[in-house]
Amino acid sequence: MDFAISISGFVALYVFMLAAFAGWVIIGHVPAILHTPLMSGSNFVHGIVVVGGIFALLNASTVLEQAIGFFAVLLGAGNAAGGYAVTRRMLAMFQTSGPRLKLVHAHAKARHPKHG
Amino acid sequence: MLIMIPQLVIGVADLAAAFLFMYGLQRMSSPATAPSGIFMAGIGMAAAVLASFLYVFSVSAAAQPHLPVNIGLTLAALVIGGGCAWWSGKKVAMTAMPQMVAVYNGMGGGAAGAIAAVELFGGKAQGITQLVVTLLGALIGAVSLSGSLIAWAKLDGVLNKPLRVKGQQICNAVVLLVTLGVGGIIAFAAAGGSAPLLTLPALIYLFFGCALVFGVLMTLPIGGADMPVVISIYNAFTGLAVGLEGFVLQNPALMIAGMVVGAAGMLLTLLMAKAMNRSVANVLLTNFGDTPKHIQGAIKGSLKPVEAGDAGIFIRYAKEVIIVPGYGLAVAQGQQKLYEFVKLLQAAGVTVKFAVHPVAGRMPGQMDVLLAEAGVPYDMIFQLEDINDEFANADVALVIGANDVVNPAARTDKSSPIFGMPILNADKAKKVYVVKRGQGKGYADIVNALFYGDNCDMVYGDAQAVLVKMIEAVRGLGAAAAA
Repeated sequence: MDFAISISGFVALYVFMLAAFAGWVIIGHVPAILHTPLMSGSNFVHGIVVVGGIFALLNASTVLEQAIGFFAVLLGAGNAAGGYAVTRRMLAMFQTSGPRLKLVHAHAKARHPKHG
Repeated sequence: MLIMIPQLVIGVADLAAAFLFMYGLQRMSSPATAPSGIFMAGIGMAAAVLASFLYVFSVSAAAQPHLPVNIGLTLAALVIGGGCAWWSGKKVAMTAMPQMVAVYNGMGGGAAGAIAAVELFGGKAQGITQLVVTLLGALIGAVSLSGSLIAWAKLDGVLNKPLRVKGQQICNAVVLLVTLGVGGIIAFAAAGGSAPLLTLPALIYLFFGCALVFGVLMTLPIGGADMPVVISIYNAFTGLAVGLEGFVLQNPALMIAGMVVGAAGMLLTLLMAKAMNRSVANVLLTNFGDTPKHIQGAIKGSLKPVEAGDAGIFIRYAKEVIIVPGYGLAVAQGQQKLYEFVKLLQAAGVTVKFAVHPVAGRMPGQMDVLLAEAGVPYDMIFQLEDINDEFANADVALVIGANDVVNPAARTDKSSPIFGMPILNADKAKKVYVVKRGQGKGYADIVNALFYGDNCDMVYGDAQAVLVKMIEAVRGLGAAAAA
């Protein structure tokens, strides 16, 4: 058995086409209210480039390659970590009024026990 | 047999990552499931990064002696790059999110470009297809890096004026052609031909230099309010570059993730351009100021200024209120005060809804995030197409810091530069209050007919200060009633 991956010519085009189509359909279902987290989230997803950077750096054999590879991993890691951090932060802010309204009512009752 | 185990693990981890990325993005179709979506994508990323260290078992013979150093460099780069970005991402203010996203995006583009550079300098890309794809990814990645950095500088206010000179488009076209030409020579030389004039490394430096310069030139003339389109397009560019480098490295996870993001960025770019009623080419190649000056039709009526407190009390006695927040609200940092005012209204039995225009902000959906940060529940926030018919039934439309997106000329005045742009029909409400800093015009430099309408009053002042006065006035009513 061999697990080496070889993608060439038309196979690559098929992969690209299907991925682009999937992305288009998936993103098309995201409501406009989430467009900013979506953008930072998809930004995070292309942070996977760090894996390519690690591959390039581990296989570097000259100082120049090491320097550029280091740069690639540095930037890729920044892309991934930063994208994840801001997306998580933003998504945590989106709340429904359901539980919040209950809170307001409870608060109002506590403030006016006479009317209760 | 043993040598295959790392390969198998990497393969499985990358496959899982590709699946989790798409599943995670799919879960972003609702605010309720979105947090778990990004968490799943995060697990995918962690798995792929951890597994990628197994590449140490299959490094080329030439790199074998450097392996310990390379592993150390990798760990250092991961910790420094990831750590700094994580820290800044935790700290950044929500209003500064567009420039932060621009920076992260530029980093991704730069990483893709750097990978291409390693492949090119190391002579690892073999065959004409691989060379062309490597160069294409390098070009797009480098443009995305320098372009995103200029976008950051513009959004952060480091560069505050669009830089436009005559013949800029021709200059940009020449730089692009030179870049492509140098790329062609590199492909020819690396494939075995003899490089004319310069050595191969010199050509590669030249290629990256030109690509970076092109990204700068392309972004410099674009104005602040066009930034939603620019950020989306660079997001798509980085995705595309990552996908192409994924092909070069024969890594399907990179190919899939990159192309999914490329398509996503393209879709958002088109949506944003549509919301501004301009084509993508129009945003990138021409400037708003360049549109022929149209003669403003005579506007009937006058501007009627009122006191903030009086407006606040009027709104308090309305039944249904729709609030149109614009970028001016964010500039004045008035979101918290706005929601405080809204809670007062709700307590008094007023129905309040928020109407958000797609380009309210400096990146797609920024206003929604800013409202969410202030604590506004997302079921109170409505998008243009969902709420536009409701303005006719609303007692009051409260426009805060928005201008062009509520200009009825977009519907009625064929000669207006914004004619055809989808707008929020605030003018259809029974009463309109516009909170505005002064009498200046909006970004498009057009007089807003809404402000002169019979049903419209102007409240001049800083959005936050105006809201404080409104809150005080409404609170004063309650106190007077209780006394």
